[in-house]
Amino acid sequence: MITISHITKIYKTETIETTALSNVSFEIKKGEFVAIMGPSGSGKSTLMHILGALDLPTSGEYILDEENVSKLTDDELADIRNRKIGFIFQAYNLLPRTTAIKNVIIPMMYGDVAKEKWQEKAKKYLEMVGLGDRMYHTSNQLSGGQQQRVAIARALVMNPSILLADEPTGNIASVQAEEIMEIFQKLNNEGHTIVMITHEPDIAGHAKRIISIKDGRITDDKKINQKHIVYKHK
Amino acid sequence: MDFLTLTTESIGTLTLNKLRTGLASLGIVIGIGSVIALISLGQGSQQAIQSQIQSLGSNLLTVQPGAQREGGVQGAAGGRTTLTLDDAKAIAATTQITTIQNVSPEISRRSQVTTGGSNTNTQIIGATPIYAQVHKVSITTGSFITDQHVTAISKVAVIGPQVVTDLFGENADPIGQNIRIGQQTLKVIGVTVSKGGSGFMNQDDMIYVPLSTAQKQLFGINYLNSIALEAKNENVMTDAQNEVGYFLLSRHKISDPVKADFTIMSQEDILNTASAMTGTFTALLSGIAAISLLVGGIGIMNIMLVTVTERTREIGLRKALGAKKRIITMQFLIESIILTFTGGIIGIFVGIFTSYVISKMINSVFLVSVQSILLAFAVSAGIGIIFGWYPAKRASELQPIEALRYE
Repeated sequence: MITISHITKIYKTETIETTALSNVSFEIKKGEFVAIMGPSGSGKSTLMHILGALDLPTSGEYILDEENVSKLTDDELADIRNRKIGFIFQAYNLLPRTTAIKNVIIPMMYGDVAKEKWQEKAKKYLEMVGLGDRMYHTSNQLSGGQQQRVAIARALVMNPSILLADEPTGNIASVQAEEIMEIFQKLNNEGHTIVMITHEPDIAGHAKRIISIKDGRITDDKKINQKHIVYKHK
Repeated sequence: MDFLTLTTESIGTLTLNKLRTGLASLGIVIGIGSVIALISLGQGSQQAIQSQIQSLGSNLLTVQPGAQREGGVQGAAGGRTTLTLDDAKAIAATTQITTIQNVSPEISRRSQVTTGGSNTNTQIIGATPIYAQVHKVSITTGSFITDQHVTAISKVAVIGPQVVTDLFGENADPIGQNIRIGQQTLKVIGVTVSKGGSGFMNQDDMIYVPLSTAQKQLFGINYLNSIALEAKNENVMTDAQNEVGYFLLSRHKISDPVKADFTIMSQEDILNTASAMTGTFTALLSGIAAISLLVGGIGIMNIMLVTVTERTREIGLRKALGAKKRIITMQFLIESIILTFTGGIIGIFVGIFTSYVISKMINSVFLVSVQSILLAFAVSAGIGIIFGWYPAKRASELQPIEALRYE
């Protein structure tokens, strides 16, 4: 479903050129749960931005659902992000002072979902991530873990082809991080394709496949035995 | 995404951060309000002065001693002694002048006036009975100066309502009371009707005495400060000016009109002089208004730039979630329009209210200048919209990830 071939990304400032990714190629199939691991500065965030159509590679090809993303215009990219990609950011990136439900509605505003269905769909996904009782809380009234769950609901609401998570537990306490991973595994079992970036081996262990990256190159790509969550409460 | 949704979204964002929205519109309110108030005040004052001059009569000519210019030096009109009562009588008597119906010889000086306890400094007019008709002076109580008073050099005075207030107190009845001008004691025989007005040419702050009394008893002079001439109608003003001019030239035995020792001015001439004066005043106010507009504009520009720049991350997020460039810029454009129009309309009301209050305070004419509203609104709204829209457009063109990372 995702084919990355010979992707290179070079950042240029006036004085220096930094190669963030050099000649990266891999494939991700539908239904996979992939963790991309690497130390900071390894290029994993850059890779994630390219996968998310937030940024374009300097060279190479990125094919998502048989569409060559590296050749699209700005507005076509916006459309791809809206329909095919669900983002989960490390910093949640919710609109400040805005209710959970309103945050989840935003992608639908930019897509082709009929206006009458917005409330209903937003409620459905908020309930799915366990926030049915906090739909009208504003983002600053929610804990980190709760905000991240709003972000997950927002990522799911357009029913995207892949979920892209950039250090989804980076800002969250470990108990809540486990809850987020639990949601990810559940979504994966339901058939969602998930690509997650992390530098924590513990978090990466929840995935089914780990791609390791260092200095802009892939150093390892292996299937692992998925670590299942031991439910302490519930 | 339809227009209605976009507008609702814009209003939602504006109400989300009330302080930011409030500050941005405040800039616009003050920018527009101050310009409207200043320009309206300037034009109101100008109007007030013009209507005061016009209220003196539009078919009035004034002869003053002294030439307009002499040897390249501007002579101060009124500062000379060449105009006499005989000139006035001759103008009235001659058959050469057909366009003049009334001739009012006058003396005008400022002097200290006292009663038992109070004193004031005011304009003393030496006048004949015809003065009241020529200058449209009416009497509330008592009577105006009569021919008997002039012939007998009577020590009587007709005083304006402002003088009554200054010397005897408000609503006092001064008839029969005495006032002192210099060494002379005069009896008050009449009070004029209040015409309103203030400062420049205030007709309420005057004392009228018989011309002969002013010349012989008060000031010891035998010349006139001016002769007011009432033409038969407004259409013969130019003819009247010429007739009187040539008549006086021959009477004063001057062959070259350039060397005339008197000046004839119509109300229009006086109006033009006053307009030139108030024009300077209005230009000054307009200058201040222009600076206000500039400062207001820069204020609006700043707050809009800051507001949008502050929201670069939000723009990045919206783009990441699938908003197209056009939708982002549209949203910010609608926000700017709502903001500047709300601020603008409040500003118009603030400006009108301010000029109303100040014009009442300084006793001027309340007048709303439509041009000032249009100008202030157009400039402020234009700046507000451009600087709300342009940075948003620029931000919408960033790669979403750059906008998201923006600090």
